Amino acid sequence: MRLRQGIVAQSIFFTAAAIVALSTAALLLFTGSRGLAVFGYMNPAEFFLSGSWNQNDENFGVLPLLAGSLLTVGLALLISGPLALGVSIFMVEIAPEPVRRVMRTVVELFAALPSVIYGLLGLTLVVPWVRESFGGGLGKGILAASIVLVFMTQPTIVSIAEDALRALPESLREGALAVGATRWQMIWRVLLPAARPGLITAVVLGTGRAVGETIAVQMVIGNITSRMPKSLLTGATTMPAAIVTQLPEATSPEHRAALIMVAFLLLVITFSLIAAVRAAGSRGKARPTTRRRPSPAAQTAAVKGGD
Amino acid sequence: MSEQTSGHRTLAVRESSARADAPAAIEARDFNFYYGDFRALEQITMLAPRHQITALIGPSGAGKSTLLRAMNRMHDETPGVSSDGQLLLEGADINGFSDLIDLRKRVGMIFQRPNPFPMSIFDNVAYGLRLKSQGAKKGVIAEQVEQALRGAAIWDEVKDKLQQSGLALSGGQQQRLCIARAIAVEPEVLLMDEPCAALDPIATLKIEELMGELEERYTIVIVTHNLQQAGRVSDQTVFLSMNPETRAGFVVEVGPTQQIFTNPKDDRTLAYISGRFG
Repeated sequence: MRLRQGIVAQSIFFTAAAIVALSTAALLLFTGSRGLAVFGYMNPAEFFLSGSWNQNDENFGVLPLLAGSLLTVGLALLISGPLALGVSIFMVEIAPEPVRRVMRTVVELFAALPSVIYGLLGLTLVVPWVRESFGGGLGKGILAASIVLVFMTQPTIVSIAEDALRALPESLREGALAVGATRWQMIWRVLLPAARPGLITAVVLGTGRAVGETIAVQMVIGNITSRMPKSLLTGATTMPAAIVTQLPEATSPEHRAALIMVAFLLLVITFSLIAAVRAAGSRGKARPTTRRRPSPAAQTAAVKGGD
Repeated sequence: MSEQTSGHRTLAVRESSARADAPAAIEARDFNFYYGDFRALEQITMLAPRHQITALIGPSGAGKSTLLRAMNRMHDETPGVSSDGQLLLEGADINGFSDLIDLRKRVGMIFQRPNPFPMSIFDNVAYGLRLKSQGAKKGVIAEQVEQALRGAAIWDEVKDKLQQSGLALSGGQQQRLCIARAIAVEPEVLLMDEPCAALDPIATLKIEELMGELEERYTIVIVTHNLQQAGRVSDQTVFLSMNPETRAGFVVEVGPTQQIFTNPKDDRTLAYISGRFG
């Protein structure tokens, strides 16, 4: 009986795991094969090196999309990373418990907001602010998208970074204080290095969120694909924003294939980020501070001492 | 180590040449300590003479660790604690130190579980030095690191791998590394909170031997649950117990270790000592 139950349970879990693995593989296979079909219409050099994506000319160069993604995400993380780190340090090391609880709720709320709300707030608050503060144009562009992404990535980075800092053993803090470190010196030189793998994971997952963000970015970036981004203030696009904007109106097979190829690149980037997280995680795997097992010599001594 | 010596050690009480009337490095007079409304220590009066090892012994809940941690104000991070009475470092009120950092440089601490920082062996020891004298020359730091590692009897084991992580060492080595880290800033007093609780017998023996050497330069106060250890290493013993009514820790008896272990004046001390010795 028991044995049969075990076999049934095992096969259920195995099937579940197989479904996930197979669908991931199918996803890659589908986007890969359909996307790579674009090279039947144009050569790879054109696709990867052309600085223009213009459906009217049937010219699909991915660079404006890549550059837009890179700039938007890079700028967002430049602000978001340090900000989130500061927030999580404040929450773990400085804020009294009631304040921390309120902040935690706010962070969770931020995480639960649908993208389209961020986009709406971006459109009604950030875009006009950019337009008025920096002048020129509509205000839609990389800067506006980055600012929206700063807020969108906060909950991801803060909650993971907070967990990483909270997981540090109390003994590390005491050890640093006991040699005469100030609280700041303790945080900067002991806690942050100790939590580094977790903090890297936090930032990388935040990056993943930013890279894949579609609707909110699409609403504030202006969606200009035909040329390389000229400045942070003028219209541009990102990879997912371009897909969601153009796919409904992509009638030619060439255009569709090019967009699916962009999706495939996006998948590859996301998988690489996950691989990076795993690498960071396994390198910094916390080792216990003491070895549980005494050395064989010590065991022998203990046995001898006992009789 | 042969089995004879280990058997012998178990019962040995240290022959101490230390004089009980040596000037006190740390002294408590009618010291009370509170967690909120709860009085954890009541009317503590004891002293830890300079360049001697003073052991705090007693059953769980007697407040040994609380007293030890009050000596370099590790409680400051805990909300709701307070104290009154006197706790003195070389005659100066420990709670009157305006500069907590200064106090902790003078009173170092070793914890129950070795807690090296996740950085290289060298940086672990240099950590306190760099805090103490920012912008110190590299050569000077390196020299002081070597001195501290020698002082903690671990230099020979780590001199070829100073750049390796401190976490890669064995438990006993980690604890000696922590001792090196503490003595690098040249404190006057070393507080040890059950420093061998997480170590195997051989590592424990090494730490105990090391304590005998450290005594020449530092005043040591050690909390231990291991009576044999208190007997082996300490010059003075403070026996604390818990008041059954108030649940506060108080001092039953203070004296030279030899006297406390062989001829205690208080019946409660005798009961505790003999209970453990069987």
